[in-house]
Amino acid sequence: MSKIHVSTTVNGEAAEFLAEPQESLLDALRNTLNLTGSKEGCGSGDCGACSVIIDGRLVCSCLVLAVEAGGMAITTIEGIAEGEKLHPIQQKFLENAALQCGFCTPGFIVATKALLDVNPDPTETEIRYWLAGNLCRCTGYDKIVRAVQDAAAEMRGS
Amino acid sequence: MTFIGNKSDLRVVGTRPVRPDGVDKVTGRAVYGADAVLAGQIVGKVLRSPHAHARIVSIDTSKAMAIKGVRAVITAADLPNIPSEEAFVGEGPMNFRDLSLNCMARTKVLYEGHAVAAVAAMTDALADQALAAIDVKYEVLPHVIDVEEAMAPGAPILHDDLFTAGITPKPTTASNVAKKVRFTIGDVEAGFKAADVIIEQRYTTAPVHQAYIEPHACVAAWSADGQCTVIASSQGHFMIRSYCAKLLGIDVAAIRVVNAEIGGGFGGKTLVYLEPLALALSKKSGRPVKMVMTREEVFRATGPTSGAVVEVKIGATKDGKITAAQAVMKYQAGAFPGSPINPGLMCAFAMYDLANVDVLGYDVVSNRPKVAAYRAPGAPISSWAAECAIDDLALKLGMDPIDLRMKNAAKQGSKTVYGVTHGVIGYEEVLQAAKAHPHWSAPLGKNQGRGFATGFWFNIGGESTGAVFVNEDGTVNVVSGSPDIGGSRASMVMMAAEVLGISYNKCQAVIPDTSSVGFTHVTGGSRVTYATGMAVTQAAQAVVEDLKKRAAMIWDISPEAVEWKDGQAVPAGANAGGFDPLPLAAIALKAAKTGGPIGSEISVNAQGAGPGFGAHICDIEIDPETGHATIVRYTAVQDVGRAIHPSYVEGQIQGGAVQGIGWALNEEYVYNKKGLMDNAGFLDYRIPVASDLPMIEAVLVEVPNTRHPFGVRGVGEVPIVPPMAAVGNAIRGALDLRMFHLPMSPPRLRAAVDAAKMPKAAE
Amino acid sequence: MPKVVISGSSCRDFTHGETEFEVAATTFRRLIHELEARFPGLGVHVEEYMAIAIDGVIFQDAYAAQLKSGSEIVLIPKIGAG
Repeated sequence: MSKIHVSTTVNGEAAEFLAEPQESLLDALRNTLNLTGSKEGCGSGDCGACSVIIDGRLVCSCLVLAVEAGGMAITTIEGIAEGEKLHPIQQKFLENAALQCGFCTPGFIVATKALLDVNPDPTETEIRYWLAGNLCRCTGYDKIVRAVQDAAAEMRGS
Repeated sequence: MTFIGNKSDLRVVGTRPVRPDGVDKVTGRAVYGADAVLAGQIVGKVLRSPHAHARIVSIDTSKAMAIKGVRAVITAADLPNIPSEEAFVGEGPMNFRDLSLNCMARTKVLYEGHAVAAVAAMTDALADQALAAIDVKYEVLPHVIDVEEAMAPGAPILHDDLFTAGITPKPTTASNVAKKVRFTIGDVEAGFKAADVIIEQRYTTAPVHQAYIEPHACVAAWSADGQCTVIASSQGHFMIRSYCAKLLGIDVAAIRVVNAEIGGGFGGKTLVYLEPLALALSKKSGRPVKMVMTREEVFRATGPTSGAVVEVKIGATKDGKITAAQAVMKYQAGAFPGSPINPGLMCAFAMYDLANVDVLGYDVVSNRPKVAAYRAPGAPISSWAAECAIDDLALKLGMDPIDLRMKNAAKQGSKTVYGVTHGVIGYEEVLQAAKAHPHWSAPLGKNQGRGFATGFWFNIGGESTGAVFVNEDGTVNVVSGSPDIGGSRASMVMMAAEVLGISYNKCQAVIPDTSSVGFTHVTGGSRVTYATGMAVTQAAQAVVEDLKKRAAMIWDISPEAVEWKDGQAVPAGANAGGFDPLPLAAIALKAAKTGGPIGSEISVNAQGAGPGFGAHICDIEIDPETGHATIVRYTAVQDVGRAIHPSYVEGQIQGGAVQGIGWALNEEYVYNKKGLMDNAGFLDYRIPVASDLPMIEAVLVEVPNTRHPFGVRGVGEVPIVPPMAAVGNAIRGALDLRMFHLPMSPPRLRAAVDAAKMPKAAE
Repeated sequence: MPKVVISGSSCRDFTHGETEFEVAATTFRRLIHELEARFPGLGVHVEEYMAIAIDGVIFQDAYAAQLKSGSEIVLIPKIGAG
């Protein structure tokens, strides 16, 4: 089968590439567009390490076909910072030591952005349930939740 | 050992700066194994056994080789036939022949997922096609998985040449019991006779996986001069180099391993699976080969830990003094010998000062993946049983669980069952901190129970190399050979900055490849801050001595007349001369004139690592309708020696505790009748998620280890030892019913709730 | 002379049940030689698989570790890394 041409927007910039019909968006991002920040932890949508935001919605990019991404606006971890300026979420993850190996971290940061975009003042329970689709094996989630609370407060201007 | 400064004098150590590799990790720039790219790389994949136990009758790779775009196909025939060679390497006792056979089966497959062949092709799809085209004929054999079934007479035998070690006279019939081992002190029979109360119980556990989120990944490439490069995530790039050299029969110096960032290991990445195969495929195909495991492969074909049976018997007089402790432990080793039975036996009662202890253990092979190290290997399993039994002993005696442990607490001078006398340890301090913590006296709500448990781990030292190089502008490179799994770069920089007296931000952390820094043992065993930290500290101290000499030269005075203070050379008193202090940067500028580049690389084989103790308090609430268990509060107290970077020390404690909680409540390998794993994915192999848990309060107790310049004790492994019993004891508190099998998963809890006939919520 | 204590069964197979004895050695390296001479196979076993605790402090792979006259030496299995 021949490859399919995909035109989409990634992190605010136009992106065009060829994809196999069965190729996942995650693979296209990583292997074709060289955006290796999104990770494959499971390939079955259970770990959230591949989290991206598509048209404002948090999704597992391993469950999206690359060819479905045509005409959509995709945000990956590489698009969270503004140039060299870290996003408050990224800054707070660092200050709160909310990462150990860092493999799940891009997924968590993207998921957190999606949360705070719709709920700028989440409770601890809301944070934990929103992030239940992102697996972390190193931290036990404590410092991640604190980082999210910290970032939310900063973004609210508190 | 004199510590470097009192705690209150330290400027950097004990603070919480942002880690040097942090920005790369929060922006997605950090390069993990699967992110690495070598020009021209092709895809490698592994063909794995669909059977739990089978003879390989034949392998026909011709059709695969004929597919256009398939560049290489290998089987065990392409790898050297390694003779049996026992060694103690990295994670534990290992036979190199077994390691080789585990990477690629030769005559038999011993577990579902066991590698039988591998291919390298231009694309993923072609690699898949090639795998499908390899024709393997198997003679399926009966399999055995459960540890006691594997020990029973008539069980399918995995290895015709495996005879139980530790039995005299040496047996002549092959067995699945690889080893029988025993530790004894005193006289347990007399101890039990003297006891007023005896608890005798049987506990079992299911196999669990380390479940790191990053699957194994590497890229390997050969050049025409016989040198090769491997880029891999691992817990030890020197380990990868050593094992690949051994398994492939090549010179160690011919291999250069580049350390990619690692997405979790917990012991499961202290050995090789893909790397020797990638190298062999690369050699045969003439191209760099990249290999990345799928999540399924991680579950089916890498090393989870043992499932086990632990029978405990503990006796005490009615004042709470334990008079005898005995245990029989049977641990699964997986397909090849080498379960952590020894540490399991040694750790179970190491928290207590006992005169009479007898622990007997069996290392048993069965048809599942070769067991790999998992955070304090062996100890969580034996402590699960021992600490639950101790809790029931407290109940029977009518004693507070912490008081019972205090009454029998190990202290300096206490002898363990493995014969070693404890030095300066922090167990009593940890117990006191737990008892004084508000959690211990907080009221419990309806349907809630509180559990307490403690744990021990030895921690190791070992070979490490650290280096400090001063650059001409006064910035410093802090180099070490330890892959950074959880923030250790930060600790290395902090210790160096502390000794040099300069700002943390003037130091750059570097982890070079295996050709560029001295040998360093794996990142594991809770040894990096201890041993690599020791090497880095000594290197920094050597640099300070050199800086003083350079200052002396600049001032033209004797080196004895120079001191180092707050990052500057100062004259040692008025007689030395009225010189203004010389900051490190100023001396660095004159390095060439004063003798040449300023730097020091130190290699150590660190000895005397101090053991650690932990005590956990767990509150659990059980829903009487569904049996669902919710952890409502969790406190983990641990003696950490000296916390270099408290946030990362807390992180180790929180992470280890949560792994233990998962082990207690959900995680297990589910096998079907054919010996195949039913739940090889994160949906059904259920690790804790954020909504399962409360905040985990980590309480750091500091009883410094006198053998380390900063007082460091290893911290990473202790926290996984207490949680299963803490959770089990909490459930016992909530249900008034003891559970004996792990995991205490929802269906089992539901059945237990029914059995306990809890009052249901008002209709 | 330092006193050697064997607590685990793996070494007792070589010593035919003896669990405590004195050995004339001031370093771990010398100890291995002496053990091998007295109980053939034990020295090699200790060198490959055992760590030693000298008065409670654990040494692993350390030829030069010093043994004092009254030291208590305990042979324990090497501890791995997880």
